[in-house]
Amino acid sequence: MDVQNEGRKGLLLVSPTFLYAILLLAAPLILVVMFSFWTQDYLDLDTTPTLANYKEAWSEPLYRELMLRSLRISVLVTTVTVLSAFPVAYYVSFRVKERKALWLFLITAPFWTSYLLRVFLWKVILGYNGVFNSALLWTGIIEEPLQFILYNVNAVVITLAHAWAPFAILPIFVALEKIDRSLLEAAEDLGDGPVRRFFRVTLPLAIPGVMAATLIVLIPTVGDFITPRLVGGTEGLMISNMIQVQFGKANNAPLGAALAVSSMFIVGGLSLLIFLASRRVGRVAGE
Amino acid sequence: MANGSRKLSWLRAYASVYMVFLYAPVVLLPIFAFNDSTVIAFPLSGFTTDWFASLKGNSALKDAVSNSLIVAVTTAMISTILGAFAARAGVRYRFPAKRGIMGLILLPLVLPEIIIAVALLVMLMRLGLSLSLWTVIVGHVLVCVPFSIAVLNSAFSGLDQSLEEASFDLGETAWGTFRRVTFPLILPGVISSLLITFTISLDEFIIAFFLTGTDVTLPVYIWSQLRFPAKLPGVMALGTLLLLLTISLLIVAEFFRRRSAQRRGLDASTTEGLI
Amino acid sequence: MTAAKAENPKPIITLDNVTRSFGSVQALRGVTAEIREGEFFSLLGPSGCGKTTLLRMIAGFDEPTSGAITLDGKPMAGIAANHRPTNMVFQSYAIFPHLSVADNVGYGLKKKRLPKAEYDREVEEALKMVSLGGYGPRAAHTLSGGQRQRVALARALIMRPKVILLDEPLSALDKKLREQMQIELRRLQRSVGITFILVTHDQEEALIMSDRIAVMFDGQIAQLDSPEALYRKPNTQRVASFIGVMNFLEARPIGEKGDKISLDIQALGLLDIPASALPEGMAASEISRVGVRPEMMSIVLEGAKSTGHDIEAEIAEAEYYGDMTYYLVKLSGKDEPVTISMRNTAGRAVLEAGSKTRVSFSPESIVVFQ
Repeated sequence: MDVQNEGRKGLLLVSPTFLYAILLLAAPLILVVMFSFWTQDYLDLDTTPTLANYKEAWSEPLYRELMLRSLRISVLVTTVTVLSAFPVAYYVSFRVKERKALWLFLITAPFWTSYLLRVFLWKVILGYNGVFNSALLWTGIIEEPLQFILYNVNAVVITLAHAWAPFAILPIFVALEKIDRSLLEAAEDLGDGPVRRFFRVTLPLAIPGVMAATLIVLIPTVGDFITPRLVGGTEGLMISNMIQVQFGKANNAPLGAALAVSSMFIVGGLSLLIFLASRRVGRVAGE
Repeated sequence: MANGSRKLSWLRAYASVYMVFLYAPVVLLPIFAFNDSTVIAFPLSGFTTDWFASLKGNSALKDAVSNSLIVAVTTAMISTILGAFAARAGVRYRFPAKRGIMGLILLPLVLPEIIIAVALLVMLMRLGLSLSLWTVIVGHVLVCVPFSIAVLNSAFSGLDQSLEEASFDLGETAWGTFRRVTFPLILPGVISSLLITFTISLDEFIIAFFLTGTDVTLPVYIWSQLRFPAKLPGVMALGTLLLLLTISLLIVAEFFRRRSAQRRGLDASTTEGLI
Repeated sequence: MTAAKAENPKPIITLDNVTRSFGSVQALRGVTAEIREGEFFSLLGPSGCGKTTLLRMIAGFDEPTSGAITLDGKPMAGIAANHRPTNMVFQSYAIFPHLSVADNVGYGLKKKRLPKAEYDREVEEALKMVSLGGYGPRAAHTLSGGQRQRVALARALIMRPKVILLDEPLSALDKKLREQMQIELRRLQRSVGITFILVTHDQEEALIMSDRIAVMFDGQIAQLDSPEALYRKPNTQRVASFIGVMNFLEARPIGEKGDKISLDIQALGLLDIPASALPEGMAASEISRVGVRPEMMSIVLEGAKSTGHDIEAEIAEAEYYGDMTYYLVKLSGKDEPVTISMRNTAGRAVLEAGSKTRVSFSPESIVVFQ
């Protein structure tokens, strides 16, 4: 097939999907950015470009606090999720011999149950009269129900780590599966013990998977507003809750847009940093 | 390997605890659905099927279910068709700006759903369109197409190009080749894409929350019920039914994936395409 | 030789200066050839020589950048694969995995809408032709490699095409099965009389099966000849070393007398060879090298009489192959040893490295090169 001809056929074939993405994804995203430079007074939209929304978003202490907290919580959630997922991915890739597909199915299955209900059930588990406290009281480990586990950041972290578990495990698993097992034998043959071998061979080769897991978990957690609403209490609220309020009750879409664009920029910048850092780590660890 | 076996048991123990963590909320769902108490807490008080019975006469729930089914079925069909176009183009052809084009199509994978929801909302406001089930479908298709592509990619890349050539060579037309060779061979992938996108759409809340009009979808209905403690056991029963539905759909999807692998003579226990 | 070839060498396919470029890469640089009706024709060459590109253009999966392909008198430009009277046996066999053996074989017949009984009969006949009678109801993915190959062949034969194209059809089979299929394919081709065009990189396979072979290098046909002519009179050193083993020796023409050419050959000395050894269009003065096949030289046994042309030599190495022994032999006046193959007949001991011996050869077997 001619290169030109092939290119034309490929473009023609991809065009329906591409057009859909242009019209209903790219265009709305551009519009949001434009919106963030406009102002709204109840139903009247003023389209003179202004930085007022950004000024408000970045100077108002409440918004700044929410944004920083979102960032902090997302980073914490991501760290916890990825660190706790790694050994599971490692176990399935290296130790499970015959039933890998079954393990992966079991890991992904909870993800397919209603997200709302899963978050809600964490509230049931972590609550004052919840499953966790009842169990601890019953076994006599504690006398009084623990209170620090619901309606705060901890609850948000636990719930989100649960919600995004398969998204962290799968990319790491795929990266570990790709590692040629003879490389590990070679490292051992050259005198590395299991620990040195892990840090000098396995981990550097798993870095792409860890990076993918980090980004896949980090980005959507920033945008979640159900979990903070249901289990986070007031100190667990995040920027998305505020974006939702601006588009809803507060009826200030331009400010909501400015908040959304700002948080996208922050997440984007952070993702880029993580990407660059992981490449460095990958190189340094291998040396 | 004395050392190795100890390490194995530690990892194994950790993995087992992790699985308990993963399944804890899921296991609680049916427990409370059958618990004879309006309070969702331990200790359990008794067995009842009343909560399931109470779902029957609930007309708001019925509307929400039928709305969700309309949205999920439509979304599944549109996103599988769009996903098939993109997957085929991506697997088979090199074309200009391929990375950029595929990147935009797959962007929703790494975009917070709230951003997609807000962006579509803003555009609809600007265009003066009112919210309806269709606006929810539009948003769901955006989110579902990347998943459909992931599933269909493996179906298309497992399709030996010479099979289609052989069909041409034996006198078949392009349409005949699609009907007699291509489609039957990717059918399992198509079915599993339909099932997965259906499931995602059925469960999706954030986009539906922003873009739904007066006709609410099931998750939006559940959200509204979560505020009323008295309604919670009913929600648990509903959740249990949904759980059964999605698990059976997933098993069907997995069955089709394996059969397609088998047909192509691959080892069915491999994990390709499994999400 | 087939009757069709001997009496009526009518071309079924003509290739007229066919070129094909992919961007800046020239896959074919002007191929001109005629393929005769009813012959078993092979395109032989190393990977990347353009042989598969050429085959796919004949099938209609690709179009020449310039030049023309004519099939049975009709120009093929713009005619798609599904309208050409050619059928292909793919390298991967391309057996439809979702269909039964019978449905695979009858795939192309479906368009003809034959009555069921006739369709079934034709399918079974085609299966019998490839010794798979009764296999029709089986699922395609249960077949072995050799059986797939036969199904692919039956699927092409049933279409009664003018030409059957085979793209390295035996490369996926193991050695034993491959050798058996080579003979079977050849026999089948003779019995149906359809023109077969085979693409292969295996010179032995091409020699065994073909009526004629086009040896291709770098997108061009280097030599088109019968297997015997290719082996005995390769026209370039490259062709000579691609097909079998050839010992090359420096040579200098001294003069021509009648039907003899006198050469001064490295290690062999002054020698007269028949003028018929000279390829068409080449002058005796252009000779700079000669070649001798390993089996055209022999090691003279202890005490045997000299046949006239023999020279002192020393065994450098002996490679034992069971039925044959390949000796690397040092001739005085040549640094690199030459290869000589000897049949291991009864009572003949394998000579050890270092043994002194004599080598004899016949001047008629010498091939000359530019």
